[in-house]
Amino acid sequence: MSTLLEMSGVSVSFDGFKAINNLSFQIGEPEMRAIIGPNGAGKTTFMDIITGKTRPDEGRVIFGEKSISLLKMSESHIARAGIGRKFQKPTVFEAQTVRENLAMALKNPRGPFDVLLYRKSAKGGARIEEIASEVGLTEHLTRPAGELSHGQKQWLEIGMLLAQEPRLLLVDEPAAGMTPSEREHTTDLLVRLAEKHAVVVVEHDMEFVRRLNCKVTVLHEGSVLAEGSLDHVTNNKDVIDVYLGR
Amino acid sequence: MTSVTENMVSQGGGARKSFIAQNPSVLWFLLALALFTLGVTVLSEATGSGVISTSFVKTLGKTLCLCLVAICMDVVWGYCGILSLGHMAFFGIGGYAIGQWLMYARTEIIVTQSLSAAAIPPTDQEVVDAIGTQIFGVVGSSEFPMIWAFSDSLFLQLLMVIAVPGLLALVFGWLAFRSRVTGVYLSILTQAMTLALSLYLFQNDSGLRGNNGLSGLQNIPGFEETSQATLSIVFFWAAALALGLGYVLFAWVTSGKMGSVVRGIRDDEARVRFLGYHVESFKLFVFTITAVVAGIAGALYYPQAGIINPAEIAPIASIYLAVWVAIGGRGRLYGAVIGAAFVSLLSSWFTGGSAPDINLGFYVVKWTDWWLVLLGFSFVAVTLFAPKGIGGLFDLIMIKRTPDRQGDYGPSEGAKRAEEGSVDVEDVK
Amino acid sequence: MLRPLLAFLVLVLMGVSAPAQAQELQTILQSHADEVAKPGRKSVGVVIDNLIASGLPQVPVFLQNWQGRSVVRDEATGLFYYDKPLRDVDSGAEVDLGDVKLKAVKPNGGVRKVIGAALVQFQLSDPDISRRIDALDAIARSPDADQIGPLEASIDGESDAGVLARKEVLVGMLKARYGATTEDRVAAIEQLDGSLSLDARATLNQILTTKAGVAETVPESVNVARILTPGDDIAKVEAYGRLVDEGFAPARISNAAIKEALAANIEGGSVAGIPVHDLNTLERRLEAYTRLADQGVVPPAVTDERAAEILAQYTFYEAYTETDAAVTTAAETVLASIETSVAVNQTADLALDALSLASIYFLAAIGLAITFGVMGVINMAHGEFIMMGAYTGYVMQQIIPDYTLSLIVALPVAFAVTFGAGVAMERLVIRWLYHRPLETLLATFGISIALQQLAKNIFGTQARPLTSPGWLDGAWAINEVVSISYIRIAIFVLALIFLGLILFILNKTRLGLEVRAVTQNPGMAASMGINPDRINMLTFGLGSGIAGIAGVAIGLYAKVTSEMGADYIVQSFMTVVVGGVGNVWGTLAGASLIGVLQKGIEFLNPSNTLAAQTYMILFIILFIQFRPKGIVALKGRAAEA
Repeated sequence: MSTLLEMSGVSVSFDGFKAINNLSFQIGEPEMRAIIGPNGAGKTTFMDIITGKTRPDEGRVIFGEKSISLLKMSESHIARAGIGRKFQKPTVFEAQTVRENLAMALKNPRGPFDVLLYRKSAKGGARIEEIASEVGLTEHLTRPAGELSHGQKQWLEIGMLLAQEPRLLLVDEPAAGMTPSEREHTTDLLVRLAEKHAVVVVEHDMEFVRRLNCKVTVLHEGSVLAEGSLDHVTNNKDVIDVYLGR
Repeated sequence: MTSVTENMVSQGGGARKSFIAQNPSVLWFLLALALFTLGVTVLSEATGSGVISTSFVKTLGKTLCLCLVAICMDVVWGYCGILSLGHMAFFGIGGYAIGQWLMYARTEIIVTQSLSAAAIPPTDQEVVDAIGTQIFGVVGSSEFPMIWAFSDSLFLQLLMVIAVPGLLALVFGWLAFRSRVTGVYLSILTQAMTLALSLYLFQNDSGLRGNNGLSGLQNIPGFEETSQATLSIVFFWAAALALGLGYVLFAWVTSGKMGSVVRGIRDDEARVRFLGYHVESFKLFVFTITAVVAGIAGALYYPQAGIINPAEIAPIASIYLAVWVAIGGRGRLYGAVIGAAFVSLLSSWFTGGSAPDINLGFYVVKWTDWWLVLLGFSFVAVTLFAPKGIGGLFDLIMIKRTPDRQGDYGPSEGAKRAEEGSVDVEDVK
Repeated sequence: MLRPLLAFLVLVLMGVSAPAQAQELQTILQSHADEVAKPGRKSVGVVIDNLIASGLPQVPVFLQNWQGRSVVRDEATGLFYYDKPLRDVDSGAEVDLGDVKLKAVKPNGGVRKVIGAALVQFQLSDPDISRRIDALDAIARSPDADQIGPLEASIDGESDAGVLARKEVLVGMLKARYGATTEDRVAAIEQLDGSLSLDARATLNQILTTKAGVAETVPESVNVARILTPGDDIAKVEAYGRLVDEGFAPARISNAAIKEALAANIEGGSVAGIPVHDLNTLERRLEAYTRLADQGVVPPAVTDERAAEILAQYTFYEAYTETDAAVTTAAETVLASIETSVAVNQTADLALDALSLASIYFLAAIGLAITFGVMGVINMAHGEFIMMGAYTGYVMQQIIPDYTLSLIVALPVAFAVTFGAGVAMERLVIRWLYHRPLETLLATFGISIALQQLAKNIFGTQARPLTSPGWLDGAWAINEVVSISYIRIAIFVLALIFLGLILFILNKTRLGLEVRAVTQNPGMAASMGINPDRINMLTFGLGSGIAGIAGVAIGLYAKVTSEMGADYIVQSFMTVVVGGVGNVWGTLAGASLIGVLQKGIEFLNPSNTLAAQTYMILFIILFIQFRPKGIVALKGRAAEA
């Protein structure tokens, strides 16, 4: 397991409020990591920094074998480098069909002329079918994504994440709004993905985290409070203080 | 085109359709355009019974050019979500570029004729000076400005028709998109660009004859013997051809994966970015290609109009363009065509004085005075009550579950409200 | 002799206390009767001296009439009268002498000049200050060496400080030009240093008038201003032209003349052996002409080489018409120093101009900034609200004839009218489109064209005047260079008042608190019990109302037309965008930047305001590149969009 992403000494503040405070974080490939923390711990900002949406005031974020810095790269460049993100609130293109949504996410050259001259291939079609069946949307491929239920949108977004074939997956509350059986399916899917990829899951639901059975990082006030197995961190005194409010 | 279609068909699978099958409107549109062109030809003075006067053939030919630029507007606004208030400027630039050659070449013929009567044959410089005096006399100059360097070559000026709007769009778009200016801000910025351009052209020392503009463009050099009736039908065909090609081009661009990405940018720019697409490049591509086609439309329009001046480029023209597209129905190409044709023809009917006045007893409503009031308020009404525009009627007729129109009525992102509040006004209620 | 006797009697009866005044003008005139009737240039001096010495108030009047050739003499009695109508020289009352022979007194030009000089002295010490100023104006208009004396004489008795200062300056200027000795003049020129008046600069420029000259060697007697190098300081063609004018060189033959000469010498389809169709280049034409010249048919052409040779032999220069080098040097030094301080003051004047322009933009844009900032709504009809305000002002003036009163009434009425229009628009149109700002932009644009055309239908296309009250006329002149009109000051004050008012409303009132809450987080504000609908409505009304007041202010100095709104709308948008959305200080900064920029560009390129606007817009487009969120940007999460 080699280190895929390394953040060190990262800080960012909004109007004097330190959202991330000297945060250091590492994840290898393959690895599964769950991130938990109370509201305002900086989980979303943490993801924003990795995906290039927010620029940190200081610190380093390096990615891959060549140790490229993500700080100078645009969002799209970072995404092409192999970092995919699933948002907390499902954001799919509601006006377009499920197939179009997946096709857009499919790993292919991303330049305007590549896209303009892109020809649908049997391979690409098969891949879409494959992903659709994985996320249970085979029947809905021709429906506009806006007509899907909340849970189905979640699945579609996970499907889009799969289609991107990223090396690092950032998954924000994947199980929200899902039925227990769907949660189980999601867990299986994530565990399987983590066999080959680096997966970061942000989640509130402790049961879900426990089922992932992986190393857990606890964020608090923009920095790492504790790290280790779920049992280890839940027995940590600091973590208990934070969650129970002292 | 065919190879793409074949390739698409060959993939098989129920969901994968050919380009035409995916865009049935293309076929219908081309059919309608062909019938219309033939109909006008049969009824025109030059080639048919003469039911339609030459000036009306010109009006129809101009309208086709306006339809083409409206399609450009629809692609950039209805599909990509950029409310550009600058596409009529690109249209005007195309007109100026072709106008330079038309004016130069025609003046050259006149000057050469008049100088050939002299005892001593003129030197080249004398010819150029005489042309300069003819063209720039109105602005009190006789020197050829730099901007006319290529005006003696039809080929180079045709190149300018494409290159100048293209380069301007490329540079402006690059600057605007890279600094992530979006929404209303971007509209204002494009409006500012248009205003700057028209103000610049209004000056006498812009080199394009200030507010006089370029005139006499209806006389095509080398075709002095050809009657305006014939020329009008030739330009009508050219405009119809351009419109047909433009329609197919943009139908192709807005379908398939490109269309998917472009509409994705309209609906949620940030999400497209996180999928790894360089949104700015796509916007720049759409902005530039529509600017180029708008320039071509302008180059076909102004020889029919006969005169171009900076007022044609003023921001108001681009805003009217947006009005046409909105009334016709955004997000579908034929909507733009219908809107441009309907509103511009109606507008010339009302302002031309042919519409009958309404006598209310205490006040006579003169349409030349009240048309703009009507247009303004009906535009507000369309925005409020029929956001799909006239094109929305097709959905009613077809009673289709999924309308032709692809997507929402435009980006729902506010200038800055979108992200900060996260709770919409409606959610609040 | 009856009249003077009667007059004498009257005076005696009235018991006149001052005996000196008992003397009569007619008496003095009679004592110099011949000189008055037939004045000579030399003899007239004595008469004038005596007249002035008498100190009679009628003297200036007499001098004026004398100079104006309207004095007549009764040949029988020898008495003098003013003519047309016939009046007494003392009382000025009309007299009827019946059928008598009158002879006009016609002083010649030289005499009249002397009389004029004497008159100036009177006018310069006239008790009426406006007469004194008129006299000074007259001197400044046509300065003359003779005026130095009377002017200097009048300085002592001058009571008004302003007039005194002006007299001293004028004396200085006269001395600088007409002083007796070089030292006097240099001293007077140096006195002018520091004066910003146009007159002072005109005087110096007068002294420094140059005349172009050319010679093989510059004569010693000439006071050379500068030597001109042909090609650099003076075009070669022009330089050669001067030589031709002076007769130093033969005229060159123009291309057109060559062509004419050739055309006149066509023989059987060729000129001097060269076929006509070959003559379509300058080289061939010259060749043909040279052949003609060789044949002696035409005068030989001066070749370029020969012309250059001739040119090299001569020196071109500009010489001062003033021959005294010491004077011109002093004048140059002083003029340079004056021009430096003029430049400084012009900058100050420009800054004032920019400030007043900035306050106009601020007034025009602040309403827009409020609606845009709070509601994220672009109101394209904002310009038309400005127009509505201006027309309201115009209508008020039609109803209330007193301009001051109508202005006082117009401001609140304009606010009310546009507030109402804004609220109506918000209720009827904008609130349905809150999710779609681009459509709001277009819908409000629809309203804008409709309102514009409506105004055109109601008020016609020609501009309507909005006359400012008298007390706003004129300008506050700080010195000769720096001045600002009272209207602009009033607009500046109005802008300041609104800045204060808006800051007060936003920061110190409940409404402001709610508005700020809705601006920053509409959802949160709503959950706190603030009704965003109400806030939006009030905000929109407020923004529109301010536009109405801006309209009255703008109408006062610009014309009121149905299209006036369109002139301000783009600038207003620019102001808001450049300044940064949602912040009053941002709008202020934006307005200042745009005002300063526009004036600055106009100053650099004064002939071309269109170009100035073009460059300004280009600058703004570039500015947005570097500060997309404007000068005063909101920071933090809220601003991330």
